[in-house]
Amino acid sequence: MKLDVILRVTTKFMLPFIVLFALYVHFHGDYGPGGGFQAGVISAAAFILYALVFGIEATQRVVPQRLLEVLMPLGVLIYAAAGLPAMVLGKTFLDYSVLAHDVKHAHEWGIFIVESGVLITVASTMLAIFYAFVERGR
Amino acid sequence: MILLTLLAAVTIAIIQQRELFGVVVLSGVYSFLMASVMIVLDAVDVAMTEASVGAGISTVLLLATLHLTKARESRRLQRPYIPLAVALITGAALVWGTQGMPKFGAANTPMHTHVAPRYLKDSLPVMGVPNVVTTVLANYRGFDTFGEVTVVLTAGLGVMILLRGRRKSKKKKPKGKDKNKAKGAKSKTSPAQTTTASRAEGA
Repeated sequence: MKLDVILRVTTKFMLPFIVLFALYVHFHGDYGPGGGFQAGVISAAAFILYALVFGIEATQRVVPQRLLEVLMPLGVLIYAAAGLPAMVLGKTFLDYSVLAHDVKHAHEWGIFIVESGVLITVASTMLAIFYAFVERGR
Repeated sequence: MILLTLLAAVTIAIIQQRELFGVVVLSGVYSFLMASVMIVLDAVDVAMTEASVGAGISTVLLLATLHLTKARESRRLQRPYIPLAVALITGAALVWGTQGMPKFGAANTPMHTHVAPRYLKDSLPVMGVPNVVTTVLANYRGFDTFGEVTVVLTAGLGVMILLRGRRKSKKKKPKGKDKNKAKGAKSKTSPAQTTTASRAEGA
């Protein structure tokens, strides 16, 4: 893949900011718009941009298919794991109040864990779908 | 109002367009307009999702689909009267259904009086989280969101199962031989797949 120099250089400049923005959307989801889902899509978009400019092989060196196949269910498991401690301690599933002594902190932790699970699953699924399309086209 | 008019204009343009590349670009435009509508309605979270998923990921995936298929709409074989009738009747039924809905923005509907006040009141003092959308998604409706994540996972798995069928041969062989073997494996499965494989090689 031989593309425009400007495109390549600008993409390399943009990528860290896109990923940073995704992380901002993720961690700032409690206070502003956004959350795990949006952050996952944005970070997947960063990798897709990389794949569009530098080719799919270069992207698969960074994020191999095997890693995605691990990450996709891992996110769901993280989400479920956030709910399990409450069940063990006799409360309802996904009751975050057992995660910390202070209720507010517990809820912040719960939301953070859950949203991280969403982020991981969404980002890896989007990228895996993109990979599937591209692999099919070759 | 301007945004909704633009939405209608973009929709008509999509219908008129025969070149599918243009349709993809226009659907991206549609998503961004929809995101703007959501911002006007103060639904910033939804606007963000619409902009990133609708305009970003969907456009890329549609382009990838165009890469797999032809980039031009084929001529239709049948007269479109029956689908037109179905669409018109469904549309009329939906419009008729909206007559029974409460007025736009009315405050005394069940939607605004049932659980929403509690969410709005409790979110900051009890949960300590200012963004109510996040608390509703992750706390009050946590189980729903869990289901949604599972749906995303299932959708991804479905796409992977449908579109990929030659991973096993890839692990063992180096790249050059791998293609031939994959094609051989494919031709056994179905004739439709063989055509795609041969076309991919021709391209």
